[in-house]
Amino acid sequence: MSHAAQNPGLHPALRFVEDIGRKTVAAIEELGYVASMLAESCYWLIFGHRQQQPVRLRNIIAETMRIGVHAIPIISIICLAIGVMMAIQGIQTLKTFGAESKVIVGIAISITREFAPLIVSIMVAGRSGSAITARIGTMLESQEIDALRVIGINPARYITAPLLLAMMISIPALTVLGDFMGLLGGGLYCIIELKITLAIYFERCAAALSWTDISQGLIKSLAFAAIIALVSVSNGFQVRGGAEGVGRATTRSVVMSLTFIVIVDMIFTYFLNFA
Amino acid sequence: MPAAENSEYAIEVQHLDAHYGERQILHDVSLNVHHGEIMVIMGGSGSGKSTLLRHLLGLNIPTRGSITLLGQDLARNSEAEMFELRRKMGVAFQGGALFGSMTVEENVVLPLCEHTELDEKTMRIMGRMKLEVVNLAEFGDLMPSELSGGMIKRAALARAIVMDPRLLFFDEPSAGLDPVAAVELDELILRLRQAMNITIVVVTHELESAFKIADRITVLDQGAILMTDSVEAVRNSDNPRIQSLLNRLPRDDAIDADEYLERLTGI
Repeated sequence: MSHAAQNPGLHPALRFVEDIGRKTVAAIEELGYVASMLAESCYWLIFGHRQQQPVRLRNIIAETMRIGVHAIPIISIICLAIGVMMAIQGIQTLKTFGAESKVIVGIAISITREFAPLIVSIMVAGRSGSAITARIGTMLESQEIDALRVIGINPARYITAPLLLAMMISIPALTVLGDFMGLLGGGLYCIIELKITLAIYFERCAAALSWTDISQGLIKSLAFAAIIALVSVSNGFQVRGGAEGVGRATTRSVVMSLTFIVIVDMIFTYFLNFA
Repeated sequence: MPAAENSEYAIEVQHLDAHYGERQILHDVSLNVHHGEIMVIMGGSGSGKSTLLRHLLGLNIPTRGSITLLGQDLARNSEAEMFELRRKMGVAFQGGALFGSMTVEENVVLPLCEHTELDEKTMRIMGRMKLEVVNLAEFGDLMPSELSGGMIKRAALARAIVMDPRLLFFDEPSAGLDPVAAVELDELILRLRQAMNITIVVVTHELESAFKIADRITVLDQGAILMTDSVEAVRNSDNPRIQSLLNRLPRDDAIDADEYLERLTGI
């Protein structure tokens, strides 16, 4: 994206308008770039085999290991802690109404609908999204992307498509794990405070939950996965200006991912509940 | 396309113009390279030689002019034709551009993985043969970060020739190497041409290396070709620009006082 030098003789107010115009055009350009990247990745995933240039299973597995499997410990710990925290807060609040036992419904629904997909996505955006941007940016700077292209390997097929698919597999899977660990965390606190067994706790959870609660979380997690993959890859491919550029792109990638995740979460929550 | 393959030149560049944004980098560059020839593209920093190379590799799209490799016009080629053409091209980048997440051997074998249906064992053997050619046989299991500068360049060369290409492009083979390693790499390029009869384009600013390996030299200056001729002719050229490049003299461009003042004050 080249920005021509601004006209120095311009009135400040006009310059402000010009600036808004430039930024709008840049944003639309970037949106188009991301959309074409998504289309290209889907193309290679579906038609790659026919072109004798398949998206390699080996690459998908490697990315899934990095994004998903290696994140299992940290996701487990954090979701467990979130579950405990919600139980503590819930019981404290509901005590005033003498309705402590209702805390289980609250935990079950908010973990599956909201917290598990959100926490998992935030963790993955911070952990893998930043790494993806930095890796692609560095590859670009060291001409590795050029090397791919001259070998005849389309970067969208070799890098973007496996990442997108790995993200779409890993985040929903981690969300299921997060659901379980969050519920378990809540349960651990409830057995002490409400004097019930873990079996009874999970029974009540199951009674409180319906399939829609879990599917809501999973649908969101798929959208978050696409956001993280596309934002981190597109920022990686836009790196300019050496090490500093890589750093800037990495920060931008994480901030953009998190912002979009929260906004999309809000929109989804509204439509999944009222539409 | 057998008819096209029999064209007289391996590489034909006609009236090439290239821009980065508003700035014009290449001015009407025309260049032909014969089959089996070693063509050295020489020029100082900022002469446009790297840009010319990127165009030859089909990485940038020219604003005007055409590039024909092995009888195929890059601008008219479809994706599939480009994919086929890339099988016949090898490129060794200046910094090696080896993939940091793979071992040296995996790097060398990658083009085979992507372009052929060979089984893994055969590919490994072919990879090792090429590593043997560049004297890196026992380093195949190392990661690129564990190699020295000269080794990285040789590994990149091994990856470039693993498909037995018809065209080989080499960006700055001796830059950043000690004199011995640089000479070894030059010898290697000459040996390769002898053994495989490939057309080789080398981009460099090192005079010694250029004179040693070149059949013909193209001298590029400020985005335009000064001359394309044999090593002797370039050496004996009386063009002041070429002489200043050969004798390592500073450029003594006349300074326009008004323009200079304008640049300083920004008005």
